[in-house]
Order: sequence, then C-alpha cells, then structure tokens
Amino acid sequence: MVAALEQVFRDEWGRVLANLIGLLGDFDLAEEAAQEAFAVAAERWPRDGTPESPRAWLVTTARNRAIDRIRRDRTLAAKARLLDVPESLEDHVDETTIPDERLELVFTCCHPALPLDAQVALTLRTLGGLRTEEIARAFLVPEGTMAKRLVRAKHKIEAAGIPFRVPPAHLLPDRLAAVLAVVYLIFNEGYGGRGDLAGEAIRLGRALAELMPDQPEVDGLLALMLVNDARRDARFADGEVVLLRQQDRSLWDLEQIAEGRAALDRALAVGRRGPYVLQAEIAAMHLDEAEDWPRIAALYGELARLTGSSVVELNRAAAIAEAGDVEAALAIVERLELDRYHYLHATRAELLRRLDRMEDARAAYDRALGLVHSDPERRFLERRRADLEG
Amino acid sequence: MKYMLLIHQGTAPTPRTPEEWERLSEDERQAVYADYKAISSTPGVTPGLELESPETATTVRVEDGRTLTTDGPFVATKEALGGWLVFEADDLDAAIELAAHVPAARMGGAVEVRPIVEW
Repeated sequence: MVAALEQVFRDEWGRVLANLIGLLGDFDLAEEAAQEAFAVAAERWPRDGTPESPRAWLVTTARNRAIDRIRRDRTLAAKARLLDVPESLEDHVDETTIPDERLELVFTCCHPALPLDAQVALTLRTLGGLRTEEIARAFLVPEGTMAKRLVRAKHKIEAAGIPFRVPPAHLLPDRLAAVLAVVYLIFNEGYGGRGDLAGEAIRLGRALAELMPDQPEVDGLLALMLVNDARRDARFADGEVVLLRQQDRSLWDLEQIAEGRAALDRALAVGRRGPYVLQAEIAAMHLDEAEDWPRIAALYGELARLTGSSVVELNRAAAIAEAGDVEAALAIVERLELDRYHYLHATRAELLRRLDRMEDARAAYDRALGLVHSDPERRFLERRRADLEG
Repeated sequence: MKYMLLIHQGTAPTPRTPEEWERLSEDERQAVYADYKAISSTPGVTPGLELESPETATTVRVEDGRTLTTDGPFVATKEALGGWLVFEADDLDAAIELAAHVPAARMGGAVEVRPIVEW
C-alpha cells in the first residue's frame, strides 16, 4: 500500500501542482497545499480506500486547503471579504474538468529571466517531483545550495511577474532550448533507475512535439528519449546493470523504438542537425547488431563541437575505445575536468583494465564508487572491481 | 504589475556624447528618436525625466557624520543610469519586449527591468 501510494504521488505530483499554481498564481502556497493534500491522502487512503480518481481528489483537497488558508490569512490581516468559492467537493469531482497545465508550468519554470540552473532545478522540483537532495545530486552541488537556488527562483517568479502560460508564437522558439534541456535532465534522472521520471519526461516530450511540430530539436529529443527508454528492461537484469552488448534484444520495446525512429526521421527531414537530433542518431546507431563505432565517435565529435560538453567528450572517448584505440581514449578521459562525475572514473577504470593497468583501474573504481548514488550502478561497479581480483 | 526600466547607456552613443553621436548616420539618429518616441507613447508607459550625462554626477556619502562628495556616478561611468521609464504591464514578458525596443539595448547599453513594489 505504501509503495502504491508513493507511485500515485510521483505520478500525480506534477499535474496536481501545475493545476494549483494555475489556480493560485503562487508557487509556495501551491506547493504547501499540494504537500498537505498528499499528507492527508497518506493518512486516509489506507484507512478509507483509494478514491476513484486520485488525481481529482488530490487537486480538490489541495485547492480547499489553499483556499482555507487564504481565507484565514485575510481574516487575520484585514477582515477582508471572504473568497467566494464552492465548499469541499472532495469525493465527487470529475477528472476531465481538471486541465493539464504542465506545459504552462514548464515554460514558467524555464523562463529566460531565471538562471538556467534554477530553471532546470525548478522544473525537476515542480514537474518531476524530485526532492531537493535528488536535484542537488543531479547537478553535483550541495543540497543547501540547491535549496537556496529554488527559493530564489520562486521568489523571482512572483516578484518579477513571470507569467504562467505557454509563450505566444513569436517567443516560443527562444524559450525552447531551456525547456528541452530540462526535459532531458528529467529523463536522465529517470534513466538512472527512476522509470517514472523517464516516463514523465517522455510525456512532456510528446506534448512538446505536438505543440511545436515544426521544431526538429523537439522531435530529436523525443526520439532520443524513446529509443533509450525502449532498452530500459534490457539494461537491468534482476536489478543489476547490463552493458549494451550483453543486452537481451528480445527485451527491447520495439514499438517504442519504431516511434522513436519515426520522430528521428521527421527531425532529419527538416535539415540541419542540432544537439538532440545528433544524440538521437547516435542512440539509434547503438541499436544496430554491429555498431559502427568510428561513425559513432565522429557524431560525438560533431556533438562536442556544438555543445562544448565534457560529458560528450567522455562518450566520444568511450566510442574511440570501442573502435579500437584505447590509449587515445584514455588520453581524452584524463584531460577532462569532471572529477565529481562517477561515469568519468568508471570509464577511466574500464580503459585502464583493458590496458592491464590493474592497480590504477582499482583506484579509479574506488573513486567512482565514492561518487555513485544509484544502487544498481554501485553493485555493477563493485562487480567490475571484483573481476579485477580474478 | 508596474516595472521600472532602468536604461544604461553603456557605450551607446547619445546626443550628450556628440563625437560618437555624429558618427551615426542621419537615418540611425532618426531611428533612435523615433524609437524613444514610440516607447513614450506606448500605452502603460510613464516616461521618466531626462538625465544629464553620468560625468555630471556627484556621489554623496556620509561617514561619521561627515558628508563626503566625490565626482562622478556611484557605479562606473559606463554602467551609470542614463534614464528610466515606468511601464504598467500584464507580466514580465511584456516588459522584456518593451525593453528590447529601447535603442540603448541594441547599441552597446542595456536595460534593467525591475518590478516596482506596490502596497
């Protein structure tokens, strides 16, 4: 029951909160009300049973809590006129009357008047429902820093009058890059083990693709997420990480791969390749039985030039190693400044192992293990490290 | 919401910097005048008062009861306030769009958009 509740909460948090922000125009009040509603649910549902529509119940309960609170505050402050709102209808709400306002929320959270890191953090918090500590981990910053970033961002939205709406057509393209970065980060948090977040990111990606059908990068991102996510079941066996080349291909979600390839084709038909289209192309090439590693390395090279990203360079290094040049790959990895990124140390460990530098490989695995947070990935690294002993 | 648009001239030429101003073509100068005029007549805009150049500023501090004056603006001359206006708008997007039409913003200066506290 607790697990089932947790699932409902994760699934519904973003929608419930988006709806409340749309209604109340206040992030903090909406968040407090949503939290209260989820707490009431946690207490009541196990006792009285789960309502027919958990989402409608949560939204209505949260709305009523928020309105009670506004009323109380106003009464205390100035004995002002009471808000004219209908009384609680908690158990009889039609779900179809609750609009999905997550897109409005995404564009508010990704407003360029907010610093980019705050945009991403805020979207992860509000739509992804991630806790502050989880977001801090995704960004490689201390939790206190992340908490302050979120507080500052919410204050600015309110004080500066950042609107809660999907931007008008002439502003839409400008707002896109940050939104895509945010959605992809949510996806990656899910790809590391929290499948619900990957699903959330894909849902957002599909909605964006529908809203902006002529934007190749939107299709590119959607394709990338679909293709990678389609291999989710094959990526883990009994909760353990399975490397691509050992994956059981019968576990791949072929329907989702087809949807991803279709999105990629739409994007490529438009022309120039942006970062997401390139990544989707690479992801699709990984599906081939015999991977064309030199071609993959070249695409990573193009991507690195576009993005200047060290993480992309790390992937390029891995592709170069697969293409046969382990020494060159190690040279690239050792140039990168990604000391707090466990994949850097894990990759370096693999390369050192292939070069028979076992002592160095062991030290690199230890470094990776000191940084990794996902349990399956930790166990995977522990197995690889143990293999060195034999 | 009410916003104050703080216009920082930066390196943008103005009639108060005649050398740079003269380097603009007649069309460019007319465009600057026309843009400021259009902004002043935009619904919701309350134009600010015109400021003399930052070089004419005097900065005042009081330390231990003594009034200290220094020549020039509080911030670097290049960063000094050149003018302002007040804009009543629905949201920040509207204020950003207006700010983007301020000539200084495209000519080497910048516009800072600050919400005005309303009680």
